[in-house]
Amino acid sequence: MAAAEEMIQAEGLMKRYGSTQALAGVDFAVPAGTILGLLGPNGAGKTTAVRILTTLAVPDGGRGTVAGFDVVRQPGEVRRHIGVAAQDATLDPLLTGRQNLVLVGELSDMGRSSARNRASELLAQFELTDAADRVLKGYSGGMRRRLDLAASMMTRPPVLFLDEPTTGLDPTSRSRVWDAIRELLGDGVTVLLTTQYLDEADALAHRIVVVDHGRVIADGTPLELKEASRSAHLQVTLSEPNSAAVGAIAPLVAGNVHVSDDGRRLSAGVDASTGLATSVVRALDAAGVTVDNIEVRQPSLDDVFFSLTGGHIVEEVTDGGGEDGSGAAVGDGVVDGPDADGSEDGASVGAYAGNGHREAESMEGVQS
Amino acid sequence: MTTTTLMPPVGFSAPRSKGAVVGRVADVWAMTRRNLVHISREPMQLSDVTLQPVLFTILFVYIFGGAIPIPGGGSYVDYLLAGMLALNLVTSTMGTAVGLSTDLHEGMIDRFRALPMWRSAVLVGRSMADLLTSCLCALIVGITGLAVGWRPGANYISIVGGFLLVLFFAYALTWIAACVGLNSKSPESAASFGFIVLFPMTFVSNALVPTQHMPGWMQAIATWNPVSAVVAGTRVLWGNPNPSGRIQAWPMQHPVWAALIWSVVLLAIFAPLAAHFFKRRTTE
Repeated sequence: MAAAEEMIQAEGLMKRYGSTQALAGVDFAVPAGTILGLLGPNGAGKTTAVRILTTLAVPDGGRGTVAGFDVVRQPGEVRRHIGVAAQDATLDPLLTGRQNLVLVGELSDMGRSSARNRASELLAQFELTDAADRVLKGYSGGMRRRLDLAASMMTRPPVLFLDEPTTGLDPTSRSRVWDAIRELLGDGVTVLLTTQYLDEADALAHRIVVVDHGRVIADGTPLELKEASRSAHLQVTLSEPNSAAVGAIAPLVAGNVHVSDDGRRLSAGVDASTGLATSVVRALDAAGVTVDNIEVRQPSLDDVFFSLTGGHIVEEVTDGGGEDGSGAAVGDGVVDGPDADGSEDGASVGAYAGNGHREAESMEGVQS
Repeated sequence: MTTTTLMPPVGFSAPRSKGAVVGRVADVWAMTRRNLVHISREPMQLSDVTLQPVLFTILFVYIFGGAIPIPGGGSYVDYLLAGMLALNLVTSTMGTAVGLSTDLHEGMIDRFRALPMWRSAVLVGRSMADLLTSCLCALIVGITGLAVGWRPGANYISIVGGFLLVLFFAYALTWIAACVGLNSKSPESAASFGFIVLFPMTFVSNALVPTQHMPGWMQAIATWNPVSAVVAGTRVLWGNPNPSGRIQAWPMQHPVWAALIWSVVLLAIFAPLAAHFFKRRTTE
């Protein structure tokens, strides 16, 4: 692919803050007119990558170009071609919404009258006209985010950086922001969007790059990422630890069976889930193992995310929620939960970390 | 292999870069207006330059006025007003330190840094806004003074010159305040600059009382304190009583020159230093 088609390019970006290696060699590219979703947990390095590409931070190593300009050697040119909506509120709380937008426009050499016209246009587009002349202090979180987005679009820049534009927003505000981002595509804008939400990346991005601990751990279209972790997942909770259990279910699953520290929870990836619960119950019964709970789940995008970044999350949420699911579904043994939204507890997170390695490997296939 | 040229999106034309000077002036003006809006939105900040001068002038004139004899004669209110102007303008530079520190601690600075603007406009715009509020403050001090009996004894040009002398010195001081603001950990610690440096600096001078009654060592400090030169210079320009003229030291004998030299030297040292600190604080 011709290099000129990439509006944003990161090559081996490295950045260290004190003892923290924020970026350990990150590569990605965003073709003109597309949206790239940069996905990862807190502290993965997303914001650092954005700060380097928007000229706010200087990389220790590697190279970044935006609209064909080098972010270190031509920061002025880069700034002329980008709009930034940063994660922290970066607007002036003492100015009105309109004053904020006009200020950004004027500082971008727009000229006062064209800055005013553009501000009115954007305020209308983001449904902020009524609040336009109120001081920002009185804005809700959602209104601030929309104004931040509007500020980033003042000069109609060809490249936009949106750092977690919907974090902390209610669903209505979120969908408004999504609509605004989708509209940009019609104008041929190139967008780098960072997010912690998979559904957001799924809904908006043409391509997703997953980062964790300052490295890219997966790169593909949303579909490719889901395909790559197509396998379902099995989790069994035993009444008491039993060494025969692993041997009993090993033939039924793909890959290794992971046993929790207390010996009661077994988890593994499985290729097909039809009739699986029945087979597992029979196999365990035959081995003389008593079972409290069996769960077979289809992967959601959240699972892909957790499986890729699993090790990181397990550190924070250790096997605390083991008992959570045991009250339900012992009788029929199967809880088919295709949509794990919002119900992630310690148990399922921990379980996915167990086979995270395997799935991360399959993700490598996507990358090449 | 295809070589597509980068197609700019609909409606975009890269912001033209104006002539460097025109662009910089425009950026400074935009930042100045922003800071003026701030001051108007924070009543407490505005009271520093509106209410405080009125209050201090009245309090000093009526409380100390009768008790302080002026060596060589003259009324205390005529003596006081130049000192009152200096006191208000010098202490209000604390606002520069607090304002810059606040800018750095809020995310706003990141937005400025990602815009194609002249970066130092953040600093210069701040100092311009503070200069304009200083002018307002000077006006209020002058009007209050006239109301309580201050009468300058010089022509208009000389009177305006007296105001400009203090304003120039205060402007130079804003760059010291900027250095403090750029190096302080929080806006609160930047505010302490006022109490630790600015108030003692104004009080240990000839601004409020004649220095002849101070202990010898303190009198020496007061004689060489730049505030004393500025205040004495203004008294000379205004044609008001200036007992410091009896002190045999160069700055007290040539107070206008001493005030100008002090101001230029402070400006020459601290403006570039502030630019350096600003760059250091905003580089990562």
